Amino acid sequence: MKPDLNLYDYWPYENRPKITWPGGARVAFWVAPNIEFYEINPPINPKRTPWPRPHPDVNLYSNRDYGNRVGHWRMMEVMDKYDVRGSISLSVALLDHHPEIIKACADRNWEFFSHGIYNTRYSYDMDEAQERAIMEDSINSVKKATGQRIAGWLAPALTHTERTMDLLAEYEFLYTCDLFQDDQPQPVKVNKGRLISMPYSLEINDIIVYNSYLATPRRYGQMIKDQFDQLYEEGKDTGTVMCIPLHAYAVGHPHRMAAFEEALDYITTKPGVWVATAREIAEYYYKNCYDTCAADIAARKGA
Amino acid sequence: MTVAKEYMEYPMRRYGMDQDFYEWSILFNRKKVQWPNGARVALWITTDLEFFPLDQPAKPFKAPGGMVTSYPDLRHFTTRDYGNRVGIQRIWRVLDKHRIKSSVAMNSMVAERYPYLVNAINARGDEIIAMGVDQGKLHYGGMDDALELAQVTESLTTLRKLSGQPIKGWMSPAKSESWNTLKYVKNAGIEYVCDWVADDMPFELTAPDGAGKLWAMPHSSEISDRKIIIDNKHSEDEFVEQIQDQFTGLYKESEKHGGRILSLSLTPYIMGLHYRIKYLDIALRWLMKQPHVWVANGTQILDAFKKQ
Repeated sequence: MKPDLNLYDYWPYENRPKITWPGGARVAFWVAPNIEFYEINPPINPKRTPWPRPHPDVNLYSNRDYGNRVGHWRMMEVMDKYDVRGSISLSVALLDHHPEIIKACADRNWEFFSHGIYNTRYSYDMDEAQERAIMEDSINSVKKATGQRIAGWLAPALTHTERTMDLLAEYEFLYTCDLFQDDQPQPVKVNKGRLISMPYSLEINDIIVYNSYLATPRRYGQMIKDQFDQLYEEGKDTGTVMCIPLHAYAVGHPHRMAAFEEALDYITTKPGVWVATAREIAEYYYKNCYDTCAADIAARKGA
Repeated sequence: MTVAKEYMEYPMRRYGMDQDFYEWSILFNRKKVQWPNGARVALWITTDLEFFPLDQPAKPFKAPGGMVTSYPDLRHFTTRDYGNRVGIQRIWRVLDKHRIKSSVAMNSMVAERYPYLVNAINARGDEIIAMGVDQGKLHYGGMDDALELAQVTESLTTLRKLSGQPIKGWMSPAKSESWNTLKYVKNAGIEYVCDWVADDMPFELTAPDGAGKLWAMPHSSEISDRKIIIDNKHSEDEFVEQIQDQFTGLYKESEKHGGRILSLSLTPYIMGLHYRIKYLDIALRWLMKQPHVWVANGTQILDAFKKQ
C-alpha cells in the first residue's frame, strides 16, 4: 500500500484559467442514472461481502431490483419531461439481463459508461489481467449492444486497484467518475495517454442522501438546489460541473419523485446552464480546456 | 494479488433474472388493474405483532427491533412488549375511528402468549398474516432444512388453530428467507408472501423443487414507521408528509396505468406511542378524504388482482 497514488497535482480553487461552457454557460449539468444489477448469489470477494445477510438476502435483493422493474421508468419519464439525457453508469451484465432498459435509453440517445459487470463484483484484489478483462468486456459488450464506444468509468461499487487509472487511459477512456477532489474536471496523471476526472457526486447522490444522511425527500430536493446555487454563483468566475447521480431503486419511489422533479425543473429553467452528457463535457474539456488547465497546474506546482 | 477464477465467471449472465424465483417484468408494460368500485388506490395497512425473546440469538443476524444490551435486556424487551399491550390498542382505536380493516402480521408466539390479541383481531375482522414463530427464530440461507420446516409448521399450525383463520399470507421474521422458505410455506398452503419488495404490485413467485406458484405482495419497507421514524429519524410530521406524497404519486400514476397499492406498515411499539399516535390519525384522516381509495387487506387485494 502507498500513502497516495499521486493521481493528480494539488491545484488551489482560486485564480484558475476561466472555463466557459458552450453558449457561455456557467454550469455544465449532467445526470448519471446508475443502472445496476445486483446478483442474488455472487461469489465472495476477499475484501467485501456483497450482502449483509446470508444469501439469499431476498429483501435487499428485491429492493435493488425495484429500480429496474419500477423506479427506472418513473425516473426516465421525469428526465424526458425536462429534456435531460442521462449518462448511464451501467452494470454491463444488464445488457444481457434487461435489454428493454438498454433499448429505451439508447432510443433517447443517452450515453452509456461502465460501472463494472455487476455491482456485486468488486475490483479489490484483481490482478492486471482480471481488471483488463472487465474493461474489455465493458467496451466490447456496450459496443455490440448499442454501437457506442464507452468513454467513461465508475468502478463497480467504487472498488479500485492501484493501476485502474493507468489502464483506463491505455484503453482510451476519456474520463473517470471515481475521483472526488474537485468541482471541475482536471487531468489525471497516468502512465500513458490522457485521462480526466469528471465531477460526479457522493453528496447529492440519492444513495448517500437517503441511506447515509437519511434525508427526507424534500431535503434531498433542497440539497440539490443549494448545491446548484453555489456552483452557479462560482461558475461566473470559471465554469463548474454539477452531476446528479441517481439510483432508480432509491429515487424512483412514488414519495420521492416530486423532489427530484422539482430539482430538475429548478436547474433546467435557469439561463447559463449547459445540460449535457459526461462525454460531451469531457470532449469539450479536452478540446478547449485541457491544455490551459494542465499548463496552469504545472506552472503553479509547488508555488 | 488475484481473485479466484470463479470471480471472473458469470454463469447467470442471461436474459431476465439471475434466479428462478420470479421473472423479469416491467411494471409499466403490464395490463391495467381495476380495483372494485372504480377505486384507484388500494390502501393496505399491516401492523406487526412481534415477540422478541430475551435470549434472542445474534446469529446469523438480529431481527430489527431485537435485543441490544447484554442479557437480560429488560429495557428493550419491555418496550417491545409495550406495543403488544398499549400501542396496538391505540392503533386499533384510530383504525376504528376511520373504519379501516387491516392485516396483522403476527408471530405465532404472540398468539400463544396473548390469546386476547387473537380474539380481538377476529372480532375486528382483520386478517392474520403468519410471521414465523418469533423474532428470534429467523429463516436464512444455510439454515437446517428440518429446523426451517419445523418453524413454518409451528407458526402456521399454531396461528390457524388459535385463530380459526385459514392464514394465506406469510411474512418471514425480519423479511428474511432461506433458499427453501417459499417451498415450505407454499406446501403449507400459503398464497402470498411479504418479503420481496421488487414491485409496487403483486407478482408471481415460483417455489423451488416444483412446489408451485405463489405471490409476492408489495408490503412496503419504505412507507413504514420503522423505516421513516426509527431508521431515518424523521419527525412524525415528515412521516405523514411522505405517506401523503406516496399516495399522491400513486394516485397520479393510476390515471394512466391502472390501480395501485398504498402499503403502510405499522409497528405498535413505534407508532402506538402516546406522542406519536395522533399523527397516524392525521395521516389516515387525510387518506380517507382522498377520492377512489379502497381499504382492503392483503388477501382481498390479491383476490381482486388475480381476477383481472
